[in-house]
Amino acid sequence: MQLAATLLDARQISKRFGALVVLDRVDFAVREGEAIGIVGPNGAGKTTLMNVLSGAYPPDGGTIELLGETVTKTPAAQRCSRGLAKTHQIPRPFLGMTVFENTYVAATHGAALQGEAAYDLAYDALKLCGMVPIANRKAEAIGLLDRKRLELARALATRPKVLLLDEIGGGLTDAEASELVATIRELIHRGISIVWIEHIVHVLLQVAKRLICMADGKIIADGNPASVMSDKAVVEAYLGSTPE
Amino acid sequence: MTKPYAIERWTPASRLGLTGIAIVVALFGVAPLVLKAGSLDRLTALFIYIMLAAMWNALAGYGGLVSIGQQMFFGLGAYVTIRIADFGLSPFLAIFVAAIIVAAIAWLLSFIMLYLKGGEFAIGMWVLSAFTHLLVNLDGLVQGETGTSLISMNAYAADNRRIAIYLVAMGSMLMLLGILYALLRSKTGAAIQAIRDNEVAATSVGVDVIKTKRKLFVLAAFGIGLAGALWLCTALTFQPKTYFSVQWTAYMIFMVLVGGIGKFEGAILGAVLFFIIETWFGATGVWYLIGLGLAAVIFSLYFPKGIWGAVEQRFGITLLPIGYKLRITGDET
Repeated sequence: MQLAATLLDARQISKRFGALVVLDRVDFAVREGEAIGIVGPNGAGKTTLMNVLSGAYPPDGGTIELLGETVTKTPAAQRCSRGLAKTHQIPRPFLGMTVFENTYVAATHGAALQGEAAYDLAYDALKLCGMVPIANRKAEAIGLLDRKRLELARALATRPKVLLLDEIGGGLTDAEASELVATIRELIHRGISIVWIEHIVHVLLQVAKRLICMADGKIIADGNPASVMSDKAVVEAYLGSTPE
Repeated sequence: MTKPYAIERWTPASRLGLTGIAIVVALFGVAPLVLKAGSLDRLTALFIYIMLAAMWNALAGYGGLVSIGQQMFFGLGAYVTIRIADFGLSPFLAIFVAAIIVAAIAWLLSFIMLYLKGGEFAIGMWVLSAFTHLLVNLDGLVQGETGTSLISMNAYAADNRRIAIYLVAMGSMLMLLGILYALLRSKTGAAIQAIRDNEVAATSVGVDVIKTKRKLFVLAAFGIGLAGALWLCTALTFQPKTYFSVQWTAYMIFMVLVGGIGKFEGAILGAVLFFIIETWFGATGVWYLIGLGLAAVIFSLYFPKGIWGAVEQRFGITLLPIGYKLRITGDET
């Protein structure tokens, strides 16, 4: 089998907040069609990694390539236009706009579409996330779960090639979680590469074909989910059985 | 295959609203045939207030750019008009050329100012305004704080001049509101609202925040510059202190806060209210200003969405919609 193309390639990424090293020379690559799960204890650097990848803040060291071009210093908006989208851990809807308008902005800017084509993409993203019935509601009037769905719909409406999901499954009931899993599977089926941070590991494992475990700003395990979950270092990172 | 949905951009209320607006505009258009000189001058002032409010609202209400230095563009608009008219250009042309020059200055400034955040930007604009004021004072033509006049206006008979200025002010206001409305209804308008609501999220869906804000910043400078130039046409005298006074921005803030920040209709409503208050109480001096300040504080504390925001929320009316309504036409949901 031919090896799929590398879409996102981050090398030796470091990030410090003051004296605190949050990311310590992390190497991370996403290939076409991959579904990657990221786990790790709180403070491991998972969200920071995503923020550096998406361009929310610059790394202190290392390089990032997106579709073969260096984007280490490229602003987030341009990375989005080139096919990298991210959902926010804490939803950030455009409160004064309707649910549909939220996805429409993404379609007109992230995906750079106009007119009918933009409407179609925005509608399709809402439909995929089951939000059409509340499309005309102002985002300020929807609850937390719908806001999380909207994060996903809006990211989809930018027509990403790589989609970074930051804990969109938190607080879901079992039924809602399986709905989400079905949606994510559909995205993978459409050829979007997924990188998903999630604390609810059993949900993540229904989708992820590759699992990464982070701890203390480093990737401590990377591979097929079953072997990563049974990895000694991973178990120790979670249970903290090795005193420093 | 037909689509399962349709997008609506006009509502029955908005069609009614547009008709109403057309009638009001037509009435204003024939007003010079009916109204006395004093009333025409007052209405000219109203048009200028609406321009100021709409522009400050575009900047702060949509772009999140709260400036307390917009008097800089007001003063510059008047000053550049004086300068160009002195070269012999007709004052009625000079005001538009001046507004374009002011917009160009704003475009240059935007490469520095738009990188300032929140309070830094607000105060930075004020500092810039004070600095510009000093520079203008250095021009020999202006004679420092003594000021000068738009002498070339004297070429026109007083009555004709009054009507001409009235009509030009009305046309300018309609043009500015038209540009702003078209901008808000366009693709850029969706980006502008997204920035208003959440800048970080706007960036992450591909909106170039600085580029979008620059459009607003330059438009606001153009509109406020034009307003300053028109004010000069009615007042005739140019004393830098009067035009570069922070009071202009205070008025803009008042109109927008009371009318409804971030609402197209709100700024217009705020300007009309301000105009009425000024007409009735303007002569009471300091108490008038205290009243204005008090009203602004009360509104920002208890009615942060302003009068139009409350109307919209309570009755769900939008006269001039800029949004997109999704209507399901098929049976799927």
